[in-house]
Amino acid sequence: MPLLEVSDLSVRFDTDDGPVHAVDRLSFTLEEGEVLGVVGESGCGKSVSLMSLTQLLPSTAHVTGSALLADIDLLRASSSRIRRVRGRTIAYVFQEPMTSLNPAFKIGRQIEEVLQRHLDLSRAAARKRATELLDLVRIPAAARRINEYPHQLSGGMRQRVMIAMALACDPKILVADEPTTALDVTIQAGILDLMRDIRERLGTAIVLITHNLGVVADIADRVLVMYAGRKVEEAPVHDLFASPQHPYTIGLLGAVPRPGAASTTARLQEIPGRVPSLAEVPQACAFADRCPRADDLTRSQQPELREVRPGHRVACFHPGGEWAA
Amino acid sequence: MSEPVLEVVDLKKHFPVGSQLTGRGGTVYAVDGVSFVIGPGEMLGLVGESGSGKTTVGNCIMRLLEPTDGTIRLRGRDITHLSRRDMRPLRREMHMVFQDPYSSLDPRQTCGQIVGEPLRTQRLARGAPLEARIRELFDAVGLRPELRYRYPHELSGGQRQRVGLARALSVSPSLLIADEPVSALDVSVQAAILNLMRDLQSEMQFSCLFITHDLATVEYLCDRVAVMYLGQIVELARTDELFAHPQHPYTQALLSAAVVADPEVQRTRRRVVLEGDIPSPLAPPSGCRFRTRCPLEPESAPRSHEEDPPLLEFAPGHLVACHLVHAGREAPMLIDAPAELA
Repeated sequence: MPLLEVSDLSVRFDTDDGPVHAVDRLSFTLEEGEVLGVVGESGCGKSVSLMSLTQLLPSTAHVTGSALLADIDLLRASSSRIRRVRGRTIAYVFQEPMTSLNPAFKIGRQIEEVLQRHLDLSRAAARKRATELLDLVRIPAAARRINEYPHQLSGGMRQRVMIAMALACDPKILVADEPTTALDVTIQAGILDLMRDIRERLGTAIVLITHNLGVVADIADRVLVMYAGRKVEEAPVHDLFASPQHPYTIGLLGAVPRPGAASTTARLQEIPGRVPSLAEVPQACAFADRCPRADDLTRSQQPELREVRPGHRVACFHPGGEWAA
Repeated sequence: MSEPVLEVVDLKKHFPVGSQLTGRGGTVYAVDGVSFVIGPGEMLGLVGESGSGKTTVGNCIMRLLEPTDGTIRLRGRDITHLSRRDMRPLRREMHMVFQDPYSSLDPRQTCGQIVGEPLRTQRLARGAPLEARIRELFDAVGLRPELRYRYPHELSGGQRQRVGLARALSVSPSLLIADEPVSALDVSVQAAILNLMRDLQSEMQFSCLFITHDLATVEYLCDRVAVMYLGQIVELARTDELFAHPQHPYTQALLSAAVVADPEVQRTRRRVVLEGDIPSPLAPPSGCRFRTRCPLEPESAPRSHEEDPPLLEFAPGHLVACHLVHAGREAPMLIDAPAELA
């Protein structure tokens, strides 16, 4: 049985300009100790869908579907119940480590707060555990750093503190939302190594939300590609990169310059047009307007996900091949 | 090489911080002795991480910042300390594209007005010819002409960056300074802008200083690359040469840290992970600035603690600032060169 099973998750925001369908019938599972990469460009619903799992969305959001964690449906759980899940079973690391930490408190205090709140540890025990956690995320001189304020730390160190805090209660699931996007590449490499290490040592399942296909290639076991609120492709990582099926995935992979690819004469793949409005659920493939393969079928019907090989699913009427098929 | 379009010699920009009066202030050595030239029609990539000083270099060349020391020559003319007024006629020689397509366009002008502004202020065109030229520029950067009457907020990020590019190229400058022009954009949009820059460059033959943190983009676009670390250039070479034979340990680390969108490659290659963080430019390390994070530090010590390694020619056109590298002696390879991986 999977650790987490999300079925038909839809999120709609009611705004002054009418409804926005941010997530449309998203289903996925997460196994224990698995690293699931969720890829997509801005506005594809990747962050919203993961935040809805612990009811972190504002009240304008209408969430339907189910998300089963053991025997609890997270989407229907009471607020007291969900508070025990947040941070304890599912913990988050966000993109911007400066704004996610409270600038007025020492980092040690902020980690201890989590421990005291969720695990009822005494102040002294919490302090000891906080030092251990900073050690775990390889912050040098943890015993000294614990008394520093967030502004005294570099971006990479702050992100390590965020991870330490997320790991405080030994969560089953760590949701990392663009954890390295604000960081330099040499620092990013260290954070990715750390996440790999955490998965191996603690067996934590990680959901990694990112727009960076390189990060996914580095660490994910399985990848879910989202476009305009829908899952358009899902595959084990090696399959996805070796034989991408959805034209959007193929386009994304061709859009990034590959270091070392001596093919500097080849042009980067452009994906023409722009992301569709999410104001209505389209009666067509959401990618149709930008897709070189679009035909009458694509424009009249939404493709459902189907399995092209074990574990590799794609929502496209004309999958596979090169960009222009 | 024919006369360079841009020549930067020993450029320094130091920012005083804190109270200078009480003596408790300090100096940020943002750029500390940077030299390079850009030939006609050449694209030079300036690569570095945050705090390396790459943006400051661009801003000094544009004279948005007053250089502390050194010389900047634009087509042979020393512009280092020209007054604002004397700079004005030279503004048509160089233009800039900024990172943030949101804050770098005037929200109260239509996109047509924005693109035409350099032509108007330089008095190169007005009336109907100006209109015609604006249409032409919109066409050149792939924007529909009716977008001329729209305001920046009505456009997407990619479209706005095209407007910024059209504005910069409106006066046909001989030098374009592009500071992270695609890093605020989504991947698929980035590709379109990079392709566009490449097309425009081969068409218009402007020289370009392309400032970025992303090595892959540089490899796609640039003829030569300069790698900066803490205010100095540590390596400068032709792009293919730098990617095939990176010498400076920092360049090697940077190359190995960049993630490749291919799990087979990404998970099997040799990598160097740098320890620690980039030191503060307030108090750069003595000697070699990279020594505090350098995996080869045991080999280069104690010299690297005392002496700042000069940027020397390692091979024709390939400059490296490392005590362990000199003509005829290559640096130890810490990584699999990306060229071999592909």
